[in-house]
Amino acid sequence: MIIGTLVAGACLWALVPGAMAGDPSGASTYTGDLEGLKTAINFTWVLVSAFLVFFMQAGFALVGVGAIRTKNTVNYLAKSYMDFSLGAIFFLVVGFALMFGGSGVAPGLELGNALIGYSGWLLAGDAYDVTTSMVWLFQAMFAATAATIVAGAMAGRTKFQAYLVYTVLVTAVIYPIYGHWVWGGGWLSTLPFGAGAVDFAGSGVVHAVGGFVALAGAYLVGPRTGKFKTDGTPVAIPGHNVTYIVLGTFVLFFGWFGFNPGSTLAATDLRIAVIAVNTFLAGAAGAVVACYTTFFRTGKANIFLICNGSLAGLVAITAPCAYVPPWAAVLIGAIAGILVMASIWFVEWVLKIDDPVGAVSVHGVNGLWGLLAVGIFADGTYGDVRGLIAGSSGQFVAQAISAAVVFLWAFGLGLLLFAVIKYAIGLRVSKEEEIVGLDISEHGTPSYPGPMDSWR
Amino acid sequence: MKKIEAIIREEKLDEVKSALEKIGITGLNVAEVKGRGQQKGVKLQWRATSYTVDMLPKLKLEVVVKDKEVKTAVKAIRESAYTGNFGDGMIFVMPIEEVIRVRTGEQGEEAL
Repeated sequence: MIIGTLVAGACLWALVPGAMAGDPSGASTYTGDLEGLKTAINFTWVLVSAFLVFFMQAGFALVGVGAIRTKNTVNYLAKSYMDFSLGAIFFLVVGFALMFGGSGVAPGLELGNALIGYSGWLLAGDAYDVTTSMVWLFQAMFAATAATIVAGAMAGRTKFQAYLVYTVLVTAVIYPIYGHWVWGGGWLSTLPFGAGAVDFAGSGVVHAVGGFVALAGAYLVGPRTGKFKTDGTPVAIPGHNVTYIVLGTFVLFFGWFGFNPGSTLAATDLRIAVIAVNTFLAGAAGAVVACYTTFFRTGKANIFLICNGSLAGLVAITAPCAYVPPWAAVLIGAIAGILVMASIWFVEWVLKIDDPVGAVSVHGVNGLWGLLAVGIFADGTYGDVRGLIAGSSGQFVAQAISAAVVFLWAFGLGLLLFAVIKYAIGLRVSKEEEIVGLDISEHGTPSYPGPMDSWR
Repeated sequence: MKKIEAIIREEKLDEVKSALEKIGITGLNVAEVKGRGQQKGVKLQWRATSYTVDMLPKLKLEVVVKDKEVKTAVKAIRESAYTGNFGDGMIFVMPIEEVIRVRTGEQGEEAL
């Protein structure tokens, strides 16, 4: 019913004429001269980057599955697959227009104000255009990334249907609106400090949003049975496949080379080389710091924390990747490696919240760190963004405001969203279903059917 | 000496272990087994068809105790493995003829 109204509303909006006419065939966007060639190269770059970001879904699925127990594997994979699938549809129907309406980055996206956008619904009307489609695909992959971050924090005890409702609302509303404020020409991007709040590839827009919605979800759904002793001491619940965790991290790292350099939306912007270098260095620095910290603290090099440290570095470099020099990328990644371990400890031992894969610490905390890092390390060589090291404090103020806003927005709306789901349809499976495992109780399919399972 | 073989729910292992530890029994073996008792099987899905599995995963716990410990050990296992639902398991007690500790050569109840 609600969805029907939304679709009808979107169709009406799609009929509102815009200033730029759409070019659905691409014939007038491609001009056959040198400019046309540049356009074609840029299209190729953005589309290939979008495909790389899509592959990050496989990385998230692998990391998550490796970090949880065998009996919840099918459930995690089903959530992984459904969040981008549902997310794609709702980002088409609602999310994209809310986020990029008024940005004018492509035809059909003219209408919007400082708070929300309202054109480009359904990629119809003037938004039925090759440039708009290219931007949509790239951005839809980002929306799906933000959505899937939450799966890890709520693994092993959340109702499948409740998770799907969450997915719809996050990709249709929570993610696009903060995204509009930063990327769609909204009020954060026009703050009167520095160059306004900037977030090159989405430490805040994608990762902090996902991470703090995850915090709200993990808090409201409660810990897995047996995660905390009666005195509150956390209990280790080992995952079921370390190889998957490491392979998944490699896949995510690889995808990040689309996520960050692709965010130039142009291959003719040769800064892409510096961005790729910064991305690589921050991911490496996070891993190195996590490795040696665990080694000096416990005498053993902890592979799960090495992977988490690396992802933390990648999350943190996502906002500043275009604005900082390589030496700063190393520092940003290294600090992320420390932050992620401190945060994992804090979430488990102080907040007593059960986050099986560390999504809150990797994406939430380091998403904020990435936003702040722009205000510190931006050297002014790109986009005229100057941080503290370039002698300007205004940018840091803008970044701090953006970081505070994303925390309040994502955590606040996350709490509201999951509270509504909890009282409307229930957020958590029964204790019996949890003990048997969600593979059997929610999907009726074991993740590794053995010889016994095929006996009829 | 008696051997106690208990079939228990997987998630009850920690409770059973600490119940036995409380009465001074630390040595035991555990094996993952599949089997069935009175309970019916569960129905699973594979692509477009479904199938029933009536061999369900359980743990088999083996512990050898002195004659005078049998009653308390059985009681500890039964109480800690109990949920009141079908599938709580079974406890079997059987005689043991001899026990020899490999390292020291001790025999009988001394070796336990």
